[in-house]
This record gives sequence, C-alpha cells and structure tokens, in this order.
Amino acid sequence: MPATTAERRSSLSETLGRNWIGIFLLVLIALFSALSRAFFSIDTAQLIFFNGTEVFLLAIAELFVIITGGIDLSVGFVMGFSTVVTSKLIVAFAALGLSPLASILLGSAAMILIGLLPGLVNGWLVAYLRVPAFIATFSMLGVTHGISELMTQGMPTKNLPALAGNIGNGSFLYIPPSGVLSFFLRPQVARGQIVVAILPDMVVFAFIFILIFAFVLGKMKFGRHLYAIGGNIDAAIRSGINVKRDLIVSYVISSMFASLAGISYVMKYITGKPDAGANMLLEAIAAVVIGGASMAGGSGTVGRAILGALVIAILETGLRILGMQTFMTYILVGAILILAVIIDQVFPNRNR
Amino acid sequence: MAEIKAGTQAHLLEARNITKRFGGLVAVDDVSFHVDAGEVVALVGDNGAGKSTLIKIISGVHRPDSGEILLNGQKIHIDSPIDAIDHGIETIYQDLALAENMDVPSNIFLGRETTKKVLGVVPVVNQEHMLKESRKVLDRLDIKIPSLKSNIRNLSGGQRQAVAISRSIYWNAKVLIMDEPTAALGISEQKKVLELVASLRTQGIAIIIISHQMYDVFSVADRIIVMRRGIKAGERMVADTTTEEIVSLIVGAESVEKRSQ
Repeated sequence: MPATTAERRSSLSETLGRNWIGIFLLVLIALFSALSRAFFSIDTAQLIFFNGTEVFLLAIAELFVIITGGIDLSVGFVMGFSTVVTSKLIVAFAALGLSPLASILLGSAAMILIGLLPGLVNGWLVAYLRVPAFIATFSMLGVTHGISELMTQGMPTKNLPALAGNIGNGSFLYIPPSGVLSFFLRPQVARGQIVVAILPDMVVFAFIFILIFAFVLGKMKFGRHLYAIGGNIDAAIRSGINVKRDLIVSYVISSMFASLAGISYVMKYITGKPDAGANMLLEAIAAVVIGGASMAGGSGTVGRAILGALVIAILETGLRILGMQTFMTYILVGAILILAVIIDQVFPNRNR
Repeated sequence: MAEIKAGTQAHLLEARNITKRFGGLVAVDDVSFHVDAGEVVALVGDNGAGKSTLIKIISGVHRPDSGEILLNGQKIHIDSPIDAIDHGIETIYQDLALAENMDVPSNIFLGRETTKKVLGVVPVVNQEHMLKESRKVLDRLDIKIPSLKSNIRNLSGGQRQAVAISRSIYWNAKVLIMDEPTAALGISEQKKVLELVASLRTQGIAIIIISHQMYDVFSVADRIIVMRRGIKAGERMVADTTTEEIVSLIVGAESVEKRSQ
C-alpha cells in the first residue's frame, strides 16, 4: 500500500523523534571535534569509556527498576558504600597475608554478594510492604551513606595494593613496539617507547556484566515480565507472573550494578569514600531517560540506556578536554534530560 | 428446571445455591444457574444487582459463603483466579488486562511465554513460535489485526478486546466470562465483537456475558438471566421473551405483579 504524503511525513518525524539521540550524539562529537583538535581520536574514545564506566553501570542499575515503573534513588550512595567496603576488604585481605591479586579478587567478589543486600531490602519494601519506591530507596540512600561514613570516619581508604591501580588503569590489550602482546597490565618497556593500549580493563569488566544483563532483559522470560509489570501490573499479576519476586530481583540487580560501579571506582582511583557516587544519581536517571525510557515504566532497553550514558560520558570528557569545569556537565546533563522529556512528548514513540 | 433433568447429560458449568455476603449485605442470595457448551448466557441487572459478585465467585476472585460449582457434573473448588483458569474458566474484565506497551504475541503469551534453549542450557523466549501461534489463533477466530508486532497501545478498542479473547481461547478456555465486552467501543467495533462471540459459540465455548446493552443481549444470547438485589429475578430464552419483559424484570415490575397475585 503506498503511503500518503501525510503518513510519510509523520513516519519521518517519528523516525527523527525516535532517533534524535543518535543524531544528537553525532552533533556532539562534531562539535567537540571542531572545538578541540585532540578530541577526535581513538585515545579520546577510550578515555570517554574509561571516564564513563561508572555512568554506564549506574544507568543499567537504574534501568532495571525504571522499566518496572519504579525508581532507585540509592544507586549513588550504594556505589559509595561499595567503594568503602571493597577497599576495606581488599586492605584487610592483604593484611591477612593474601597476595594482592587474591585480595582484590576476593574483596570484589565479596562486595558483589554484599551489594545484593540493599536491593533485597529495597525490593522487599516495595513489593511486599508497598512502600513507594521513591521512599524506600531514598531511605536506603541515607542508610548506606551513614554506614559508609561510620566505616570511614571521614578518612578515605588508603594503602590499597598498587596492583589495584594497575588493573584499574590498565587495558585489556597492549601492543608494544616489540610486538609481544600483553593483557590486562601495562608491560615494562624502555623509556620513550610507545605502547598501544586497547580497551581499558574496567570497561571490559563493566561490559561483561552489561552484556549478560542485556541478554537477560531482552531475551529471557524474566526480562519480559519486567516490561509487563511496568506496562500493567494488574495484568501481570492476573496472568500468573510472580510480580513480587520479579520486583525484588529488579532492585537486587540495581544495587548489584551500583556495587560494580563502586568496585570500578576503587580500582581506578585506589581509594574508597562514602560520597564517591554522590553526584551520579542525576546522570544515571538522565542516561535512562535520554535513552528513551519512560518514567512511567514499561519501556527502555540496555542499548538505549548505554547510548544515553554515552551522551553524558562524551559531554563530561569533552568539556574536560576543553578545560572547562566539571560542574558544567551537571548543568548540561540537567538541560538535556529536560530536552529528552520534551522531545518525547512532541514525538511520541509509538513502538518501543 | 435443571434439577428435573437430572440424569440427563450434565451441564458444562453449573452453579448451585450460591450465596455471598459482604458484612450485612447479601450480594448474591441463593442463586443457581448453568451454561452449556456452545451456549451464550446473558447476565443482566441493574447496578448492584449482584452480577459482578456472581461472576467473581465463578472466576475465583471471591469465595461463596455457601453453594457449589460443578464442571461437567463434577464438583470443583475455585479458591483463586488461577484455579478457575486451570479449570478452563477464563474471565475477560472490562480493563482487558493487557500490557499496552507490548505486542500481540507477548500479550497472548503473557506469563506463559514459550522458550527455546540456547547453547543447550539458557532458556530464551521463542518469539517466532509465539508469533506463529498467535497468528493461528487469530485466524481461527477470523480476527484481523494489521501487524501483530505493533503494541497493544496502537490497536483499537475492538482489536484489544479480540486480543484478550484470543488469549483465553488459545489457553483452552471452555467457559468464557465477559464483563461488558462492548462497553466503550464504537458501533462497528461492537458489531465485530458480537460476531466474534457468535463464532466462539459455534466452536463450542460456553459464554457468559454481562451487559447493560439490550441490543447486544438480544442479538447474541440464547438465554437471559436477570438479577435483582442479589436474587435471580428471572430466566428467559431469548426466543420467548421481549426487551420489555426483561426490562421489567430488571426494575422489578413483573415480580411485584406476580407476588401480588
């Protein structure tokens, strides 16, 4: 059936409305490339992903609960809590005489388990006690912040093994002039020699989890059920979906990703402090909404949330390269968040 | 009456002496009725007459204070909506219980998605199978929806109703209970839904329809049960009655007349 002009026009505006974020991304890259000759390069691309690792992880944390129609305000301080616990565990394990690598692996693994707890409590409050997600997770923000402060007493964790920083700031693959490849850690080379580094370790670490959970969300029954819960919770209940369990799991996944962000932070900056993720809630929610998810629930994908997070990461690193203060990022992220919501209302996405 | 015919073949669904009280209010008072395969029974009555309560007892939302429910002559216990569905009793409420943010197959298979194994272990939702099966059931019911991949949000009221009905039929509904299926639909869509009901009847489904619309009742039902203030005020074959008689049963004029005789 041939489309009428009006139909074609509406489908064009729809296409633009749906893909504005991609176009915006290209404009942003063009703009920064024009303003700074250093911007358009492989190194900058890697830097964007390196700097943005926590934003990517927190965006996914937020996505899983936003799809159900909820919100998780605690992700930033669960991340801070995670930096404190992870760093203290690693230091403690090392003090017990474990090797640096064993301490790091054990500390991180333990944190991933501990990191399930805040989500378990959040989800239980939301699913069983019907506490609004806003209140439950806002309280969790306070609780995790307080516990972290008690644990650190105002002193960021110190004395982590140097290996942590080497991993955190290392890359997956190194190509030195000798041509002998090495993985994960920067090889020792003579001064002045250039080593090509590919894919920061923490980006690999983050994307292993992100890809697994993209699969869970997009392809498995559990993921479908989250969309159904966000779309029509009564329909989900009546169709026999275990709504309470699924809600709890979504909050657990959220706090797990917040913990992963904390682990990444510890490796990169070799410290842990309660407010490590204090400013990141805005970015996490903004990434998901810029990626086209509705706060009412029922929509959003991992791919699009990552695209949203990428906008923020590019902005952050781009402004830094231009020598501007990072506070500018917050203002711009706030503005783009509002813009995303307005665009969404002008060009309603029909199928997401 | 049903009792007189005892010994002949049992009814597909039969409710006997159902009573339900909410505090001091007797919402359903000693009501008995039945429906057979390939029969459409309309349940009519004013607001608060007890139609919805009666339906909710059969669909497992409420439990009766007394009375029993029989399926093919066997007494069954319906303690939850899942019990009712397990017995092949499906209810389509006015809100249809569809996830509007999802497509047609996702809704037909909501909560019962079919999966296939990837790498031999990981169960993945089998989209192709769900799409194929959805198309089959829609074709069988002669329902036309332009794109099954479009979200429920983009479908008309009649199409949504059709999706909800298809879901019940796909999952082997023997008894289909419909609460005001034509309310909130345009005229041509109302007609389509009624045609769909008629086609379900020919496929041997027992259908109970709650409706306020006399036109619907008379165009699609075989039998009409009138409820008034919790009691069964009357039962008529559509062929033997008129709109006027049913309306007077609903408002109570006729029985007042009978009582005074």
